[in-house]
Amino acid sequence: MARFVYADNAATTAPLPEVISAMTECLENTWGNPSSQHSKGYEAKALLDESRERIAKVLGCCANEIYFTSCGTESDNWAIKGAAYRMKKKGRCHIVTTKIEHHAVLNTCAALEDEGFEVTYVGTDSYGRVLLDELEDAITDKTGVVAVMYANNEIGTIQPIKEITEMAHAKGALMFTDAVQAVGNVDINLKELGVDMLSLSGHKIHAPKGIGLLYIRRGLSIVNLIDGGGQERRKRGGTENLPYIVALATALEIATERIPELDRVRAMRDRLIEGLTKIPYSKLNGHPTERLAGNVNVGFECIEGESILMWLDMAGICASTGSACSSASLDPSHVLLAIGVPHEKAHGSIRLSLSHENTEDDVDYILETLPPIVERLRKMSPLWEEIEKREQLTK
Amino acid sequence: MQYSEKVMDHFTNPRNVGEIEDASGVGVVGNAKCGDIMKIYLNIDENDIITDCKFKTFGCGAAIATSSMATELIKGKSIKEALELTNSVVVEALEGLPPVKVHCSVLAEEAVKSAIADYYKKIGRPIDFEIESDEHEDED
Repeated sequence: MARFVYADNAATTAPLPEVISAMTECLENTWGNPSSQHSKGYEAKALLDESRERIAKVLGCCANEIYFTSCGTESDNWAIKGAAYRMKKKGRCHIVTTKIEHHAVLNTCAALEDEGFEVTYVGTDSYGRVLLDELEDAITDKTGVVAVMYANNEIGTIQPIKEITEMAHAKGALMFTDAVQAVGNVDINLKELGVDMLSLSGHKIHAPKGIGLLYIRRGLSIVNLIDGGGQERRKRGGTENLPYIVALATALEIATERIPELDRVRAMRDRLIEGLTKIPYSKLNGHPTERLAGNVNVGFECIEGESILMWLDMAGICASTGSACSSASLDPSHVLLAIGVPHEKAHGSIRLSLSHENTEDDVDYILETLPPIVERLRKMSPLWEEIEKREQLTK
Repeated sequence: MQYSEKVMDHFTNPRNVGEIEDASGVGVVGNAKCGDIMKIYLNIDENDIITDCKFKTFGCGAAIATSSMATELIKGKSIKEALELTNSVVVEALEGLPPVKVHCSVLAEEAVKSAIADYYKKIGRPIDFEIESDEHEDED
């Protein structure tokens, strides 16, 4: 079995050759410390500034609004905690977020709750779209921060961030969006979007792991998360990870340029959804169209996600599951539960996430491979036995 | 999750999958909400020997592998021996399980006991061993 299909691009992506060569070039030649007062340092500082400019241009903001971090999780932590502490001084100790955020946001909010902040977790409809009425009602003159993800990592639902930002600003709250999954999938122009803070991560867009950034709107000062030697305009200590910053700038430019090509990815996604939902007792999780171009999340009744993944892996297909059984917790995906998928169906859900790297052959291969796996596992499932007996009775 | 070769073997080629019609005893443990259900069927002869044993399992790789291994371990054995099957024996036979999956082996042990208890009920023999109630995992 020589086939290999990587369909887990929402987890991480393969670094692009252009990204690797930009990074290697920096490691070999521009390895100076940007803070050093000598030629090697000046050279590194120039490359740092240039990378920041390139990123600002892509995102439609100013270079001095970009702060490099180690990852999306750090950016999420910094944005929410830094803004919450800042707004606390104004007597605003309330945070509004959603039930389907990434754990980097949910656990940050939980930590703030332990410190005495109040957090409202707004629900979604059955497609994972945030309930805007409920969200608007939740934001009060005590709300300091509103944190809503741009696009969901599990079911790919895209949220109307501009509209939500207007709701937050109308009540004087700061708006933060976790755009880790959205970047490279939707056009982002920060000036038009109007958010106060936005996080993104390199490794979801074919840069390496270990680099992220936080956009902080000019004029807004949030409390530091990492104090140190005055890097990033004294807002984030630690010697700048220049090779990875260069990699991020390169990856972000390429990802944004390729957004128009996503129609091809979207067509592959739709073909997968159509093929997989033909399997009896299966269902698409999330919205049929308002979802990320590469996101497929399908639930198969009577079987469990990890078992499906193991068979897929043996066939050379990398996918993922929100199922309990692959993590330390016994609960299935909080996102699927939040959109109203019952526990037993959430357990049998898998996610396939495509990128520009995937081909139509990959889709064919998945569509050939997955249905027999589902059938094989159902044959040994006591729940399937019940369904079969019920069906025989109705005949 | 990385599993041992033995677990992968029992996951990919599970032994004794299926049902037994008019089985001497049937045990079902776990629930769909938690993501694991094991159903074990036993045929027991007049000398208390388990002559046949089948299973059906809804669950993860470890749940399927532990069911398969548990049926292998009790097939042809006496009821007394089957009642001595503990979850750690199943784990050992599988060359280990990741810590978060140990509950699957507990489920396998309970499924065997529950099937034997069902047999005892059918023949009117008092249940003289500890058994977890079927409902215990329904609690939220």
